[in-house]
Amino acid sequence: MDVSSPRFKEKAVIALANPTLRQALGQSRKGFVNKRAELVAALPEFEALRDQARDVKDHVLENLDHYLERFDNAVTAAGGHVHWARDAEEARNIILDICERVQARTITKGKSMVSEEVNLNAALEARGYTVVETDLGEYIIQLAKEPPSHIIAPAIHKTKEQVSELFEAAHGGPRKTTVADLVTEARLVLRDKYFKADVGITGGNYLVAETGSSIIVTNEGNGDLTQTLAKVHIVTSGIERIVPTLEDVSLFLRILARSATGQETETYTTLSTGPRRPGDVDGPEEFHVVLVDNGRSKMLGGKFQDMLRCIRCGACMNHCPVYGAVGGHAYGWVYPGPMGSVLTPLFVGLDATYDLPNACTLNGRCQSVCPVRIPLPELLRELRHQQHQRGISPPVQRRALGVWRFVAERPGLYQFANRLAARALKGLGGRDGRLRHLPFAGGWTALRDLPAPEGKTFLELWHTRKT
Amino acid sequence: MPESRSAILQQIRAALGRGPLSDSAAAALDARRPAHTRIAVDDDDLVARFVSRFESRSGTVARVSGVDAIPAAVDAYRQAHGLPPRAAVARPLAGLPWPAGFAHHPGPAGQDEQMSVTPCLAGIAEIGSLILASGPDSPTTLNFVPDHHLIVLPAGHIVRHFEDAWTLLRALPGGLPRATNIISGPSRTGDVELTIQLGAHGPRSVHVLLVDDAPAAAA
Repeated sequence: MDVSSPRFKEKAVIALANPTLRQALGQSRKGFVNKRAELVAALPEFEALRDQARDVKDHVLENLDHYLERFDNAVTAAGGHVHWARDAEEARNIILDICERVQARTITKGKSMVSEEVNLNAALEARGYTVVETDLGEYIIQLAKEPPSHIIAPAIHKTKEQVSELFEAAHGGPRKTTVADLVTEARLVLRDKYFKADVGITGGNYLVAETGSSIIVTNEGNGDLTQTLAKVHIVTSGIERIVPTLEDVSLFLRILARSATGQETETYTTLSTGPRRPGDVDGPEEFHVVLVDNGRSKMLGGKFQDMLRCIRCGACMNHCPVYGAVGGHAYGWVYPGPMGSVLTPLFVGLDATYDLPNACTLNGRCQSVCPVRIPLPELLRELRHQQHQRGISPPVQRRALGVWRFVAERPGLYQFANRLAARALKGLGGRDGRLRHLPFAGGWTALRDLPAPEGKTFLELWHTRKT
Repeated sequence: MPESRSAILQQIRAALGRGPLSDSAAAALDARRPAHTRIAVDDDDLVARFVSRFESRSGTVARVSGVDAIPAAVDAYRQAHGLPPRAAVARPLAGLPWPAGFAHHPGPAGQDEQMSVTPCLAGIAEIGSLILASGPDSPTTLNFVPDHHLIVLPAGHIVRHFEDAWTLLRALPGGLPRATNIISGPSRTGDVELTIQLGAHGPRSVHVLLVDDAPAAAA
């Protein structure tokens, strides 16, 4: 997928002025956030589960080589194949080779963020394969030729009316106007595809080292139809999605749905272990897992290792005020919101993604809901630090920070400047004590007034009180 | 590709600042069986908890007095929903006294299959879900293709937690089955304006036949 993160500001401004998008995003706030809060309040064990989930992820990362080898062995023992992909191109080539070998024509897909990350669909379509996304949200955005705007609800930015239009254009009339009719129409169209599919590609929420199983967690059942009815099942997953044992799976199942969609459980959790066995009358004849590194191993052992704990639940973006205002597309790549603002610079480079770590108010809501306790604000601050060190931040900002630092390191000068500024701003604030315009901060004062200081600095007030 | 495998493993070890784990360290990891926090299931009546959780997600439950009463319960469901007298019925249930004129086959389920009847490995009281193990006696298509999925669950097969279900899975003759399906209700989607709609791709209706005093015959 092309990276349009350099245009974050421009896209954010367009998004803010889009009433349809604002209407759609408003729904998400209500739904996910409230339902999660209710369930968490009803579960006294939740905080302990979060601690344990964090610890298991850290344990896996510290022993990742071991668990990956165990997983590889277990998949092979179950009759499946594991493929290792260092980067996106290798991942695409592995899958293209499989499709070519089995002479595939139709390829169905369950939702897989890794397949978005490696830009799989474009590569498959370029070879002439018919690629059908089967998750309803993914199907909608495939028809709209758009990238996902949310990792759990990819079409969250679309209203019902927009979906009606897309379906009418793709399937012919009569136009459906209720959610029930739209879902039924997609169900009927996609049924044919599942049965026709030669290859079914899904993601993997968890890879179990003990058993060699890959796990998908869905509500629709599309992933299951995809992987059951196609002749060949290919799982695409990041190398960090390993869990050691089934006991660890229970732990993550207890936090995933609650954090993601505010459900006690999603409707379907499926463990796939190898291909069709003797006597089986259905199921895929081949089972492949593509383990994708694509920059993950380089995050190990460094300042961003914590990010590899991410279980892709989407809670951080559901609770992020910036995501809630601009939506997922402004972020310009596959992963939006707080987790995307950390991952995108690490995956595609600091240069093209300057705005992402800076489009954060450091309010900390993401960290407070993250089920594996990733210190997202800290990681975003570290990215800003690295941007500054590498000279990527704008010259004006760098000079301003230089001046601030010079003053801040000299307490006498700092206090003098503070006194001067407090008095000047009080004067500018006028009788009602509000600033309507500020130099260099026009964007802030365009939408609200800044309360002016009252004329004295904190230190001055402190000294007055002490005497 | 073998060279990618070793390159990735090498990169991981370099990042972690160590070589491959020693045999004893690896053995210790393999022996690890963590005991994570489980959700309190105070209710001694696992059946009641299973039913209330399962019904909270639009699943339906009918109490059946014994194995031999299953065909009548299936027929009652079929008639209530106006379905033809035909279903994919998993092999272990084929020998039940099905009514005359009721056609059944063991699967797989094809595109026009409207109803299926399957066994399950267990019910999980914690969240009110069913766990099904694929195999010749329980083809996976029966769980996802028909509009109506009827699942036979002996009351004694309801376990407390996921962990109890893993114990049953590990004890199966071939180890883990090809597909292990944990099913918690009818298929649903919230992808259009987060409005919950049942019957997205899988069954529109999942109906549990909870068999009161049934021994292992249905399992």
